Amino acid sequence: MMTNMENVSNVPLIETRGLKKFFKVRGGLLHAVDNVSITIPARKTLGVVGESGCGKSTLGRAVLRLIEPTAGEVLFEGRDITKFNRSQMREMRRKMQIIFQDPYSSINPRMSVAEIIAEYMLINHTCASKAAAFQRTAELMDVVGLARRYANVYPHELDGGRRQRIGIARALSLRPQFIVCDEPVSALDVSIQAQILNLLMDIQDNMGLTYMFITHDLSVVKHISDEIIVMYLGQCVERATSDALFEKPLHPYTQALLAAIPEPDISMRNKPIQIIRGEVTSPVDPPPGCRFASRCEKAGERCHRETPDLAERESGHWIACHLYDGKGV
Amino acid sequence: MTQELLKITDLSVEYRTDKETVHAVNHINFSLNKGETIGLVGETGAGKTTTALSIMRLLPEKTGFIPNGSIVFEGRSIYDLEEKELHNIRGKHVAMIFQDPMTSLNPIMTVGEQIAEALELHNTDHKSHEQIQARVDEVLSMVGISPSRKNAFPHQFSGGMKQRVVIAMALVCEPDLLIADEPTTALDVTIQAQVINMIRELRDRLGTAMIMITHDLGIVAQTCDNVAVMYAGRIIEAGTAADIYKGEFRHPYTVGLFSSIPNLREKTARLTPIPGLMPDPTKLPAGCSFAPRCPHATELCRTTPPAAYKNNTHVIECHLLEGKDGWTKEARV
Repeated sequence: MMTNMENVSNVPLIETRGLKKFFKVRGGLLHAVDNVSITIPARKTLGVVGESGCGKSTLGRAVLRLIEPTAGEVLFEGRDITKFNRSQMREMRRKMQIIFQDPYSSINPRMSVAEIIAEYMLINHTCASKAAAFQRTAELMDVVGLARRYANVYPHELDGGRRQRIGIARALSLRPQFIVCDEPVSALDVSIQAQILNLLMDIQDNMGLTYMFITHDLSVVKHISDEIIVMYLGQCVERATSDALFEKPLHPYTQALLAAIPEPDISMRNKPIQIIRGEVTSPVDPPPGCRFASRCEKAGERCHRETPDLAERESGHWIACHLYDGKGV
Repeated sequence: MTQELLKITDLSVEYRTDKETVHAVNHINFSLNKGETIGLVGETGAGKTTTALSIMRLLPEKTGFIPNGSIVFEGRSIYDLEEKELHNIRGKHVAMIFQDPMTSLNPIMTVGEQIAEALELHNTDHKSHEQIQARVDEVLSMVGISPSRKNAFPHQFSGGMKQRVVIAMALVCEPDLLIADEPTTALDVTIQAQVINMIRELRDRLGTAMIMITHDLGIVAQTCDNVAVMYAGRIIEAGTAADIYKGEFRHPYTVGLFSSIPNLREKTARLTPIPGLMPDPTKLPAGCSFAPRCPHATELCRTTPPAAYKNNTHVIECHLLEGKDGWTKEARV
């Protein structure tokens, strides 16, 4: 037990090294995730933020090996799971779960709430008997704040917030250590969103969970994350603690992203919203150079030619941008 | 200067089926002057879109009913118009932008044809084909799309560009009133900023009045002069943007909405969500519809619907304002 504890404190729970996922599409290779290295210490939350098409969901799935990475390593407690065989992986899957954006499309509409939550436990035989599995299901419903009277109703009878609670209960059913939350609150109204965020933070504290929290919503990611990575076209362009990123964003893309949020404060209404021109370019066979260069106001000739590496420019603050290496753009 | 463009009085909308009646909008009042922007804020099911559809007279024919109320647009009651007069108003005087651009564009027509369509239908001053094409080019460049792309089909455009096309379609006839129903919800934040900036600029330049329907308090703060907060089909609070964002008194629901949003500037350990859910619109509570979720609710709130209390421009429907200085009670409609 003691050695196990030490293990947890020294080695990050999740680590990726040079993770890549390319898809073959008509016209070339789509670089969905391109050389991303992350570390998530146990009991911490890594926020992954970016616009649609930046590869954040693909990254989440590749970390869980729900899709096979093209290259790179995914380490869980120091062991590379991309080398695991089927039975090792099956064992591993219990420790890693995912919560999806749209709970309705990720649950079977013909199963009752209790059946959905109990399903993984029955498949994996983690409970002594069927009765024990349903007993634990009832306990899980208490944990996620679903009244037990909903055990026998079907998901279509419930609202989005309660459906998301089913998704969370199901993800917790195998007592995982690590959960990928893929836009878990994006489809919910703000008042319900706040309820679910609080729930996710409470169960993290109580069960010692580690999260990878994928979202496009910057205020949500700031609220829930310890550390954040900002992705743009498959690459991590900035990595910092939540506070540092919002106080002092360094990458021009992060700066533009933060400036684009309309704030619920009327004193700022006459301040023109800073906007970046253009839209995300194609991730199919991207040319060398910084992928943000075509939209970047500060881009120079070097940005179009040479790909910037992610480097630590301040303590704990990593940026992939030529502006900060002292050699000019 | 302040000319009234739209006045909605005591409007209710019901969706009736054999089994039940959904009370989607209940006795709402608001008015909009020329060139002004009002934000309709609220969560899913609050009745925002139903209000918009009833202004355009686009409620589903078989199920949508208006038991009471009136909508007066430029001095004429929308519901007394003949179908033909209505066609003249829709598209030309009142235009609407929907949330999902793909569902409002025809996939087998070029974007140029779709923009020209409204002009051809409302061609009262007999513009020639060339004049219409010139106008199409003009609005396309106005929304930041090169006119050379007018022969492209919607699927060749990205989400942000599609929404620009929809906005171009809405603005091509220079409407007096633009209804934007969650115009940026499906877009990324940087594209959203571009679209909001563009809507603001165009509104200022053309003097279009606007109803901005959104659940995002940030967008309202950046675009609207006046705000109406909707809950369970009622406007529970209305006023200027300053009233809603900075007012001394606010409806407990509005307060709850604000504290549900994670703050970008301060570190908060926990959010303060509004407990519970919006009431079932087929059986609304007897008293205040927010009472079951309200931290300040009393027995009175649960049994008696609150009156509207008014302080200058600010109106709140809440029992808590009874006897407060400066607030006068108005009869409940």
